[in-house]
Amino acid sequence: MATYSNHADRAEVFNKDFDRTTWHDQALWFVRQKRDRAVYQVAEWDQLRELASQIKNHTLSRLDYYLETFEENATRNGIQIHWAADAAEHNQIVLRILQQHGATHIVKSKSMLTEECHLNPYLEKNGIEVVDTDLGERIIQFQKEPPSHIVMPAIHLKKEDVGRIFHEHLGSPADESDPQRLTETARQHLRQKFVAADIALSGVNFAIAETGGFVVCTNEGNADLGITLAPVHIACMGIEKIIPQLEHLGVFTRLLARSATGQPVTTYTSHFHKPRPGQELHIVIVDNGRTEQLGRPDFRASLKCIRCGACMNTCPVYRRSGGHSYDFTVPGPIGAILSPNMDLKKHSSLPFASTLCGSCSDVCPVKIDIHVQLYKWRQIIGKEKAMPMGKRLGMKGLSALLSRPRLYARVGRVARRILAITPHDLSHAGMLNPYAIARELPEPPKQSFRDWYAQQNQ
Amino acid sequence: MSSREKILTSIRQNKLTALPLPNVPLFNETQDDLLSRFNDILTFVGGRLRVLSDDETLAGVLQQSYPAAERIASSLPVAGISLVPIDVHSDKITLEAIDLAILKGEFAVAENSAIWVPEANMLHRALPFITQHLVLVVARKDFVLTMHEAYQRIDRASLSYGVFIAGPSKTADIEQSLVIGAHGARSLLVVVTP
Repeated sequence: MATYSNHADRAEVFNKDFDRTTWHDQALWFVRQKRDRAVYQVAEWDQLRELASQIKNHTLSRLDYYLETFEENATRNGIQIHWAADAAEHNQIVLRILQQHGATHIVKSKSMLTEECHLNPYLEKNGIEVVDTDLGERIIQFQKEPPSHIVMPAIHLKKEDVGRIFHEHLGSPADESDPQRLTETARQHLRQKFVAADIALSGVNFAIAETGGFVVCTNEGNADLGITLAPVHIACMGIEKIIPQLEHLGVFTRLLARSATGQPVTTYTSHFHKPRPGQELHIVIVDNGRTEQLGRPDFRASLKCIRCGACMNTCPVYRRSGGHSYDFTVPGPIGAILSPNMDLKKHSSLPFASTLCGSCSDVCPVKIDIHVQLYKWRQIIGKEKAMPMGKRLGMKGLSALLSRPRLYARVGRVARRILAITPHDLSHAGMLNPYAIARELPEPPKQSFRDWYAQQNQ
Repeated sequence: MSSREKILTSIRQNKLTALPLPNVPLFNETQDDLLSRFNDILTFVGGRLRVLSDDETLAGVLQQSYPAAERIASSLPVAGISLVPIDVHSDKITLEAIDLAILKGEFAVAENSAIWVPEANMLHRALPFITQHLVLVVARKDFVLTMHEAYQRIDRASLSYGVFIAGPSKTADIEQSLVIGAHGARSLLVVVTP
């Protein structure tokens, strides 16, 4: 049986750098505050969330119909539709299109789906140069790291890190750390790549069944620049990206950027319906476990996600453990409810990387009950014995103790006495008591509440 | 079974009860000063606004605002400014050299300063992004409050390719520091005509 490192172990690695952890925490909280400022200016915010939730629920309940309608209308628009059951098939389809065109250089704008399918390493193995053109993604591509956040992929790096990476790969001055000048370096570098690309790849934010087109939301202009110059455009989408009608974009474009970064809307909200004359436009529609999630009533709502990242920015655990500690394409609370569907054993520690405070559900623009689903995954993980042995036995022992009031009272009395005479170094030894690694235990009280209560009634 | 059939079949196997599709209101009851609201948001996202008075011309404002621009493309007539002709057949080298593009915006959205630019107004699909600086020209009468109204207004026949543009290209990918001018236009000027 494979053994996996868990979230707590990986978080510990991140936490080794105390200042960086604090900085990461504050940087994301700052984004959460920007989100709040933007949201408070929209009087109908909660109505919009409810509408978005209902539109998504409706779409998921008739997903086959909307996918077929989308296919029909997109085909009429001159778009070529491909279907992929899993990640491997998705990658093969993309490679086949590239090979048909003899393409060797592609530019790619942000797509969490291609990240999920591990498209880049697959294409590189087949001799294709893939250039991620989103600034954050380009930085971590040089660094050979996965994104640590779905909206801000390089949020775990500081400007000095970026300076070092650009010095190494783009020849910028060694001690350059000014974001303005570093961005300019990337602009000059990527402009050459845009002009030279054979094919442009993009993700999809929303696919509209009624009109057979799709929308991509970006700030930098990299997606449109790549797509409008390349002779072929391939867009990759999960089946859950469908919305029924054009007018529903009114709801989602108002929610997305405000939730993500606190912007009133993304700089570019681009609508693709027809290839330009002479250009080819392909869409790859991917399942990769989504129909399975659709079949789980308790977790179906996770498919409503529009990938804004608000749940990450607000999560006290994510902010202090970093995106890489989740070891899954989508980190944070939403990742912790999506990942067990893909591999329950591998990701079994993620639903526990939460205090169940519910802040994620409060900020979710499509009203996914994230913290409730975290709790429900814990129940399943417990039943399936996917927890580590120590935790499982501990839980069993506690449950035996807590369900026997007399035994509990007796053990409590003994434990209070023992704790009072145990040396601090022993009671707070991390090996024996991981709870005390970063915390002080409270003073053991002289008597229990039960004893005190009995005294009062004498 | 093809993957298409496989996906559709596994969706249908869940036999989900169809849930209702809600009606979306326009949320446009308070139509206060749309232009000043638009201006506030545009400034917030790093763009600039210029309202043309009766005795000003677009060409005059452009000459004043972009004295250094050499290679200029425009989808609107600008008397006295020499233009680089751009159309769907223009090559990448010509496009890449454009300093300034002047394009007509169909309408503007006050709540988020987005301006709808359909393909027909772009000369070439890449132009709004590849140009160093961008000017969008919108008529005073073409302002709406929310995105709900905006989507009602979009001409579906023109949906081949179209973009809402709100401000200049930007990024905050390095330490959350806002940098204007990532890959697309370095600046955006919105000119409102009477």
